[in-house]
Amino acid sequence: MTAPAIRLSDLRKNFGATEIIRGVDLEIRQGERHAIIGPNGAGKSTLFNLVTGRLAPTEGRIEFEGQDITAWPPYRIARLGLARSFQVTNIFPRLSVFENLRCAVLWPLRQGYAFWRMVDTPADVRERTHEVLGKIGLAARAQVPAGLLSYAEQRALEIGIAIAGGARVILLDEPTAGMNRGEAERAVALIREVSAGRTLVMVEHDMSVVFDLADRITVLVYGQVIASGPPAEIRADRAVKEAYLGEAAA
Amino acid sequence: MTAERRRALMPWGIFALVLVVLPHLPGFGSGYAVSLLSQMGIAVIFALSYNMLLGHTGLLSFGHAVYFGLGAFVAMHAVRWAAAGLWLPIPLVPLVGGLGGLFFAALLGWPSTRRAGTVFAMISLGIAEMVVALSYMIVSFFGGEEGINGDRTKAPSFLGFGFGPQIEVYYVIAAWCFASVAAMYAFTRTPVGRMCNAVRDNPERAEFVGYNPQVVRYVAFMAAGFFAGIAGGLNAINYEIVTAISVGAATSGAVLLMAFIGGVGHFVGPVLGAVAITYLQVSLSDFTHAWLLYFGLMFVLMVLFAPGGLAGLWFMHAPILRAGLGARLIGPYARAVGPALVLALGAIIAIEVNYRVSTRPDLGTAFEFAGIAFDASQPWVWLLAGSLAAAGFWGMRRGLGPAFERHASLMAEAKGGGAP
Ligand SMILES: Nc1ncnc2c1ncn2[C@@H]1O[C@H](COP(=O)(O)OP(=O)(O)OP(=O)(O)O)[C@@H](O)[C@H]1O
Ligand SMILES: [Mg+2]
Repeated sequence: MTAPAIRLSDLRKNFGATEIIRGVDLEIRQGERHAIIGPNGAGKSTLFNLVTGRLAPTEGRIEFEGQDITAWPPYRIARLGLARSFQVTNIFPRLSVFENLRCAVLWPLRQGYAFWRMVDTPADVRERTHEVLGKIGLAARAQVPAGLLSYAEQRALEIGIAIAGGARVILLDEPTAGMNRGEAERAVALIREVSAGRTLVMVEHDMSVVFDLADRITVLVYGQVIASGPPAEIRADRAVKEAYLGEAAA
Repeated sequence: MTAERRRALMPWGIFALVLVVLPHLPGFGSGYAVSLLSQMGIAVIFALSYNMLLGHTGLLSFGHAVYFGLGAFVAMHAVRWAAAGLWLPIPLVPLVGGLGGLFFAALLGWPSTRRAGTVFAMISLGIAEMVVALSYMIVSFFGGEEGINGDRTKAPSFLGFGFGPQIEVYYVIAAWCFASVAAMYAFTRTPVGRMCNAVRDNPERAEFVGYNPQVVRYVAFMAAGFFAGIAGGLNAINYEIVTAISVGAATSGAVLLMAFIGGVGHFVGPVLGAVAITYLQVSLSDFTHAWLLYFGLMFVLMVLFAPGGLAGLWFMHAPILRAGLGARLIGPYARAVGPALVLALGAIIAIEVNYRVSTRPDLGTAFEFAGIAFDASQPWVWLLAGSLAAAGFWGMRRGLGPAFERHASLMAEAKGGGAP
């Protein structure tokens, strides 16, 4: 397949009179790890919300593997094989950790709206849930209601829900935000592992993580892409230095 | 059979046994008791079906009686067809009621379930009002003011049973009660049943793992309508008459009360609520005309002090009892509950005297309560009621704090596995 995993064409989003996304053209190639960076309020999360159907664009077009998904509802986009995590933790607070993850594997494992079979009968559902539980390091906390987890544990679960379904394209919005050094390192290792052979798009503020993990980087400033390319190119880019990296270094 | 499996099946064995032997236990064999048990069985199904919405899917319905009542009407018509020669034995009539409930839930559910929260609650109320209004307009289906009736004994017999005696109807109810409770429990363990909880907790996240929350709610709504219809069908054969009351707001309110007082957070909660409320409905209404008022009071107190309902109270104490620490609760609890009973007594005297004087002025002011002669025109009666209530309230306020503290410390001790 030659179609890019995601293609955005002249994408725009207004909130009231303010234009937040101001004409974004972007291609995410299949199988790459792509980081999106940019200052606070640049519109990175908004861009994710547009791609995953949480918001409908004011103008422009969104394609997933060559298919036009503009303004589709989130569940239809998710079913195509596009999963995401959220910057602000977004889990099922009264369900146990185990059940949070199981909910995320049900649709991809074709359980659908079944009411004629028990949820713990299909072995693949059970096994996949346990596997993800182990990967995110929460096996010992499996039966705890997710709402009672510590912040760092909730962040790990947030990533777990995004990766559990085995989606081909995974969007992570600041997965390591608020984690301490050790937790962030573990999270990055996990992200590296699960994104092998998949497409990863990640918003991240930690530049060491970005330059370490990403194959390509897009810099979003004030709702527009000011640069997009491999890390070396971005590091050398004058406009990026001025608009963003320079600012961060200062 | 593994030990684990046996442990899982045990409650169901006990439940079946209880249903079978209950009417044969001493004191439960009278006509009064058997008809009370029959009502309880129906209420258990109805309340559990309601909790498929409220507890499991987070949908607060003010109109669940619509599906109970419409199921009952469909079932009543089925009884009449059976009496007119259709081969439909009485034990199958509840299924017809269930399909009736399912049909109307499928019809009205889609627009209702677009949103949860206030929107759903308001739509459920609107639909309920609409159906009540229709019930007085479409006389051929609803039978107008009198409702419709049917003779269950005219239906074809089944395995030699004619279903004239109440005890035979009880066993039909018991069988459907068992099957429905088991099916509703099983539903919670299916993929869509688990997603009901997920949609209740966070409908947005459910969308991002591939589920359309409206479809999940709609499935839950139809399932709830189906089981409510079964309860309605049982109600039809139990009373052999169905009136517009069965689709009305009072019935919707009663099932909400049962589910809530029993506890919506646990599967068994509504079972406890249905049994307790049905018992109180029947017995309290024998003792006092103000029973609705007591119900309201009980509901308010429950919402304020025990939002987890009876089941919540049980699960709050089970670890302590299991750890053998129950005895240490008695003292502090008695010091809170004792004054609460005094408060209740004062309130009851005031309510009863007031109710009697204002609703039956023809009987005068002199009457007897709990074996004591009163005259409501004497100020000491009101003074007594007032001071009992005040003293009880004061004592209870002093007792509650230590009771809660003792509970918390024992709970910590029970969970800490015997640590000091
Ligand atoms: N639903 C909304 N309604 C109105 N304004 C919004 C909405 N969502 C985002 N915005 C605004 O759009 C701008 C971009 O927000 P966005 O969250 O996309 O930024 P971001 O790049 O993710 O920033 P951060 O690094 O802080 O997460 C901000 O000014 C924000 O206030
Ligand atoms: Mg953001």
